[in-house]
Amino acid sequence: MNLTRRGMLKRIIAGSAVALVPFSAFAEWMESAFKADSYSAALAAIGAEGATGSDKVKLKAPEIAENGAVVPIQVSSTLENIDSISILVEKNPTPLTAQFKMFPGLKPDFKIRVRMGETSKVVAVVKAGGKAYTAESEVKVTIGGCGG
Amino acid sequence: MRIKAKLKGDVATVKLLIKHPMESGRRKDEAGNVIPAKYVQTVTGHVAGTQVFEVNTGAGVSKNPFIQVILTGRAVGDTIDFKWTDSSGASEEKAVTLK
Repeated sequence: MNLTRRGMLKRIIAGSAVALVPFSAFAEWMESAFKADSYSAALAAIGAEGATGSDKVKLKAPEIAENGAVVPIQVSSTLENIDSISILVEKNPTPLTAQFKMFPGLKPDFKIRVRMGETSKVVAVVKAGGKAYTAESEVKVTIGGCGG
Repeated sequence: MRIKAKLKGDVATVKLLIKHPMESGRRKDEAGNVIPAKYVQTVTGHVAGTQVFEVNTGAGVSKNPFIQVILTGRAVGDTIDFKWTDSSGASEEKAVTLK
């Protein structure tokens, strides 16, 4: 390979442009929130410390989960101007499990399957109009899903 | 990734099943070594370049994640492009056309 100074510069510029792509792709993933290792820290990280319970947030979860590795959760809301809907498992090592963002034409009604290490509260947090609203449900886990 | 979509009127119910180990970084292998974390962090959906869906996920989502999404104002022939990206930078794209 015959590398001239100009050719080398071109390569460096092209290489750095490629290297930048992954950063922009991950810019939206809130590391501080998803890696928060306590329920209160996770709530704070998503800006939901002063959240209040609301009957306009619905959380469907089983009362008893025989297998903590796969716990089906459904969350929906009839609130207006929703920005995001988050699902937290209070006693998991990293409680924040999922955060759905809202777009026009997207119904605030989601299903997802989560892991639970032990019996815990599952909490849905809906952020709408600058405020946070919650619904919660206790799930009894007979076999944990986080160990190895 | 497997996608199942059902259109009823203008409401599309889409089920995503992502084949992924969702390693939390807390599991150990038989020799006692920690299996490094590798889990899906973002799943997005676009119709004709316009974003219609996004979920960010953490280590607490089950292995082989299942997600159900409902989109309104959709019509026969709409193609929804889904993409997931994991913590290692790996990704997969797949599209579904409503019928």
